[in-house]
Amino acid sequence: MPSRRRAFLVILLLLFATAGAVAGSLAVGSLALTPTQLLDALRGGADSGLAGQVLWSLRLPRTFAALACGGLLALAGALMQVLLKNPLADPYVLGVSGGASVGALSALFFGLPLFFLHAGAFAGALLAMLLVFGLAHGDGSWTQTRLLLTGVIVAAGCGAVLTLLLALAPEASLRGMLFWLMGDLSQAPAPWAALVLMLLAVLALLPWARDLNLLTRGELSARSLGVPVEKLRVFIYLLASLLTAVAVNLAGAIGFVGLMVPHLVRLAVGNDQRLLLPASMLAGGTLLVVADTLARSLIAPRQLPVGVLTALIGVPSFLWLLARQSSRSRK
Amino acid sequence: MGDSSLLAAHELDVAIGGRTLVRRLELSLEAGETLAILGRNGTGKTTLLHTLAGLLAPRSGTVALDGRSYAHRDARETARLRGLLAQSQVDAFPATVLETALVGRHPHLGRWAWEGEADAAIARQALAAVGLSELEIRPVHTLSGGERQRLAIAALLAQQTRLYLLDEPTTHLDLNHQIAMLDLVSRYAGQCGAGFVIVLHDVNLALRYCRRALLLFGEGAWREGPVDEVLTAESLSELYGHPLRELRDGERRLFVPV
Repeated sequence: MPSRRRAFLVILLLLFATAGAVAGSLAVGSLALTPTQLLDALRGGADSGLAGQVLWSLRLPRTFAALACGGLLALAGALMQVLLKNPLADPYVLGVSGGASVGALSALFFGLPLFFLHAGAFAGALLAMLLVFGLAHGDGSWTQTRLLLTGVIVAAGCGAVLTLLLALAPEASLRGMLFWLMGDLSQAPAPWAALVLMLLAVLALLPWARDLNLLTRGELSARSLGVPVEKLRVFIYLLASLLTAVAVNLAGAIGFVGLMVPHLVRLAVGNDQRLLLPASMLAGGTLLVVADTLARSLIAPRQLPVGVLTALIGVPSFLWLLARQSSRSRK
Repeated sequence: MGDSSLLAAHELDVAIGGRTLVRRLELSLEAGETLAILGRNGTGKTTLLHTLAGLLAPRSGTVALDGRSYAHRDARETARLRGLLAQSQVDAFPATVLETALVGRHPHLGRWAWEGEADAAIARQALAAVGLSELEIRPVHTLSGGERQRLAIAALLAQQTRLYLLDEPTTHLDLNHQIAMLDLVSRYAGQCGAGFVIVLHDVNLALRYCRRALLLFGEGAWREGPVDEVLTAESLSELYGHPLRELRDGERRLFVPV
């Protein structure tokens, strides 16, 4: 039985986890900070010595970029899974990240300044999104299969262009390209707009979350229960694509978060979107903050690609939850 | 055609892919009445049912629910007045039996509201009506086909509407559950004054449980009326394209294929 109380407790617990991960990420690094130093530096602002500078100009933006990126990807993944009624869908399945990657790598290929990297990624994502939407929408009937097929084909096309860019790229820009493709938070732009967008998106979705629950139970029965199916599907598609585009623009194509986090949350708390959507957002953000903290501190001063760590943390926890679930339902 | 009817169709043309299935249908169903739709595969039973549910626009003509056309009704308000049992259920994600029955409460709850104790009580009552009380916390994917079908009917009953449109409700059900299901329908129609439109494959069940029948012959032709008049060996032989013979067991009539 779904209950508001339980949802509230789960969200509260996740908020504590998020706060803990953020505090950890702010404290850990080549300049380690004690809790007191951390609080002093936070209060003192950017001018309060070395600690203040490191905190305000490096760690705070990067930590919150990780938080926003992970939250956006997990939220977008959860929405794509509802939209395609398929637990294997992820934010990249409809080609948005392919488009973004082509845009970003083109900028790197031609050695353009950082601004064009972000502009290219964002433009590429939007183009892919409009292309898939336009083509799948073409004949007026907007079926799931058509959408999925168009998305997969566009993604495949982007993949070919990416391989071509990588093959032709000068040696010097190759490493940057690979890092971008694996996901990299060290070049992230200011994350504040993305954070606000993420919170607005989840707030806009919550009153429709019960309708989304019904959408996963089939279009016909959802419509007979009064759900505006067509409008809702277009809305989720556009929103999920936008969230993905913003996330990819922050940190490149970080894998696994969008597929795994909604799954992980679903295994732990069930498939009620009223809880699943905000919980996925918090869990995704937390996972990426933890992964990025490890990525930049495990073999410091060298950095690991954060996408590798999200997978290394996520896969065992996922398998553990899956095993627990199957042993529980056998009882 | 009375305006006070629960469900009324006037000059209704139903077509799919350019093919006319039903032409100029006149139909009116009062509260407490049960109507069976019979016909061969592909004659448009399901398409007509969806049109009568307001989920498909007719090619021409009107369908009115409780005196007002679907076109002038809000979808959520409509969902509080009529419910549809679809031919098949989708379970893409895990859920429990109780959660699935609670789905029927959706149109009764506000945007920000959660299901409360009253909703749970209604859902439990619906589960009890179809004999699934024991399975409340079972995951849906562990149910048998028949149990899943009864759960779908429980979710529909939890919707507490005045008109129920059922697409082959006896699919996957054993004989005893088919009878129990249609007894339940009679009870709801008799005591709660609900109206039922039921797509059925079994002529004898239609004869036993429905007051009226609508026969779809394909190509737009139809015949509608009280079961005693409409269901005859002659009309059914024409309907199914196979000769049927009428047998008598005391007062009851039965049809068997020759």
